[in-house]
Amino acid sequence: MQRQLANILAPYKGEKGATIPVLQQVQQELGYLSEEAMSEIARFLNISENEVFGVASFYAQFRFTRPGDHNIKVCLGTACHVRGGGRIMEEMERELGISSGETTGDYKFGLERVACFGSCALAPVVVIDNKVYGRMTPGRAKEILASVRSEG
Amino acid sequence: MSFADIQKEATAEWQALQDSQKPRILIGAGTCGRAAGAEPVLAAIDRELNKRNIDATVIQVGCVGLCYAEPLVDIIKPGCPRICYGNVTPELIPQLIEDYLVKDNPHPDLALGTIGDGVVDGIPRLFDLPVLKPQVRIILRHCGFIDPTNINHYIANGGYSGLVKALGMQPEMIIEEVNKSGLRGRGGAGFPTGRKWEFCRKSPGEEKYIICNADEGDPGAFMNRSLLEGDPHSMLEGMLIGAYTIGAKEGYIYCRVEYPLALERLRIALKQMEEYKLIGDNILGSDFSFRLKIKEGAGAFVCGEETALMASIEGKRGMPRPRPPFPATSGLWEKPTNINNVETLASVATIMQSGANRYASYGTESCKGTKTFSLVGKVENTGLIEVPFGITIRQIIHEIGGGIPEGKGFKGVQTGGPSGGCLPSDFLDTPIDYESLTSAGSIMGSGGMIVMDEDTCIVDVARYFLDFVQKESCGKCVPCRVGTKEMLDILERITRGKGKPEDIDQLQELAATVKFGSLCGLGQTAPNPVLTTIRYFREEYEAHIIDKRCPALVCKDLLSYYISPDKCQACMICLRNCPADAIKGGKKMVHVIDQSKCTKCGTCLELCPSQFGAVIKVSGEKLILPEEPIPLKTGFFSRSADM
Repeated sequence: MQRQLANILAPYKGEKGATIPVLQQVQQELGYLSEEAMSEIARFLNISENEVFGVASFYAQFRFTRPGDHNIKVCLGTACHVRGGGRIMEEMERELGISSGETTGDYKFGLERVACFGSCALAPVVVIDNKVYGRMTPGRAKEILASVRSEG
Repeated sequence: MSFADIQKEATAEWQALQDSQKPRILIGAGTCGRAAGAEPVLAAIDRELNKRNIDATVIQVGCVGLCYAEPLVDIIKPGCPRICYGNVTPELIPQLIEDYLVKDNPHPDLALGTIGDGVVDGIPRLFDLPVLKPQVRIILRHCGFIDPTNINHYIANGGYSGLVKALGMQPEMIIEEVNKSGLRGRGGAGFPTGRKWEFCRKSPGEEKYIICNADEGDPGAFMNRSLLEGDPHSMLEGMLIGAYTIGAKEGYIYCRVEYPLALERLRIALKQMEEYKLIGDNILGSDFSFRLKIKEGAGAFVCGEETALMASIEGKRGMPRPRPPFPATSGLWEKPTNINNVETLASVATIMQSGANRYASYGTESCKGTKTFSLVGKVENTGLIEVPFGITIRQIIHEIGGGIPEGKGFKGVQTGGPSGGCLPSDFLDTPIDYESLTSAGSIMGSGGMIVMDEDTCIVDVARYFLDFVQKESCGKCVPCRVGTKEMLDILERITRGKGKPEDIDQLQELAATVKFGSLCGLGQTAPNPVLTTIRYFREEYEAHIIDKRCPALVCKDLLSYYISPDKCQACMICLRNCPADAIKGGKKMVHVIDQSKCTKCGTCLELCPSQFGAVIKVSGEKLILPEEPIPLKTGFFSRSADM
């Protein structure tokens, strides 16, 4: 872990305003920002852990717990909202048995809401593992979830 | 290589493509296209071409704006006009290729229109369609036409000639040219771009920065995403011109992380610029040197505010600070900084390429040029549009947008996102310009336009926006942090049927405080959706508060679902699928919803076969119906007017 972190951090040495790019890169490689990673980042940037956490917790992108294998994001932007995005979220919550912001007990799925993906013309939209699905219905949500499940 | 040589090479490549004897297939593969299924279509095209041994050029292009008809596939046969096909599925591909490419049937039944010279029997010209005819494409002129990952396509179509022209001019002359074009900031505030540049240019200091604000956070807006995905160089060229004008040697593009494809296209574009020495030291052999970095936003709406954005680039929490000092005098790292929106910078590129006069020939006296909008919500032709200022809201919704789907009535249109307002039908003839929208009670904003029909609950929309800004409030100043929470609590209470008669007055009072006392634009404009909806749709608030009724049948706590015993065919579909097990009944027994168990998810209404239409959704009324399942065809049905 230590060595892996050191490798991730090395390219940012001496860069001005590197805190957010560093957090992004660490999360990208490790999946989330563990306590250990946060202390290491603080040491590397020569700022307090408190400050690193203050910055990281401000932004919606950063997570401090282990994510699910499959990351489901339901868009609740305005266009998605008026076209029934809320019902898609309810369907996902029901199917997965978790609430938005949670991860299933087996770490297979994580579910979160996103403010807007900018695919509003195809609202409502769901993004699963970076693949965008437009024109969703509760029924299609169920089907897509089943196909992701069967892929493992 | 001199720019003339680059241009020559690029033009030769582009011309060869146009003159090619190979068929060309263009597929709209922006994020909207992909969301609609462009990737499987692309795979089907490759498969089919391979199978039949057809040598064709397949190009992934950006979004032409007709998102409602995505995935879009255009086929150009040598010597024939380009034909655009809409709603293409992988299953249609073998047929299209067989019938059109192999044989000669252009399939008018599947085509949307033709592009370019020549006509095809039975297919209209794409740009004559009502959705495109009123549009003027200046900013979006390349989207859907060029390969956004190939800088030569941009250069061959006039790209970077604006920069070359600018590098031969004194910065003051460029400012004059931009002023002459009448260009105003497209991020929403509408401040004249030339004057903004002048402030920064005149600001003392050697070290200056230019920032492109691509943190398009307004929910319901995606103009910048489409442009960056479909034509990234137009923004980059504008940014270089801006940097040269104000005297910046370094710049940042702050683009939201939710736009992975736009980020990827920007990275490719920057790499190609390096190869052509369009970035770095002594750009195109001039004295002008400029470096550019991409910063990914990390999911905070408030970072669209310029001082918060700069704090974020510096690696801090994205919290706004009071102005003055303005960024033009003290911005990023306390140096003079100029921040422009993506569309503003792309406009600069076209102004420098083809002159201020041409740009200023579009629009109105006070608002020159064109504006892009994302036209979404309850409208037939959802998508990205570009219109000259002065066009009316009615033209946008009814001509370009094709009206409201399913014959429903128009209720309102929200412009300006969470900072804007919702305008009712009385304002359909309002011309689109900064001043008219402001005097109507809304704002231009960055270009999100969300259409609402009779099935949209206005109070719920106001609650939605307040919920959004309350979550996104950075928490620095009390009026915004506490005020939006208080307003949200009241709105939630109203949508749950717990509203009090004094709530409307209290909302207005709180709104005034939040507007007056907040530090930045987020708080100062947060109450706008509530204020305009109270102003124009007061009766809907009153229906919720006094009658405990949601006229649009949206607010869950005010709804009830029933099954009409006259229409129920006891098919068991709703009964089996009800996630709350709230439906009783059986074979040949009319189904009944147990109101105490019903979670009002609407699954029964959605699944009840349309030929039966037995599920009824009501608000503010109670239906007298059997409480237990009864045998089929013995039902009675009465509707009582009283509660």
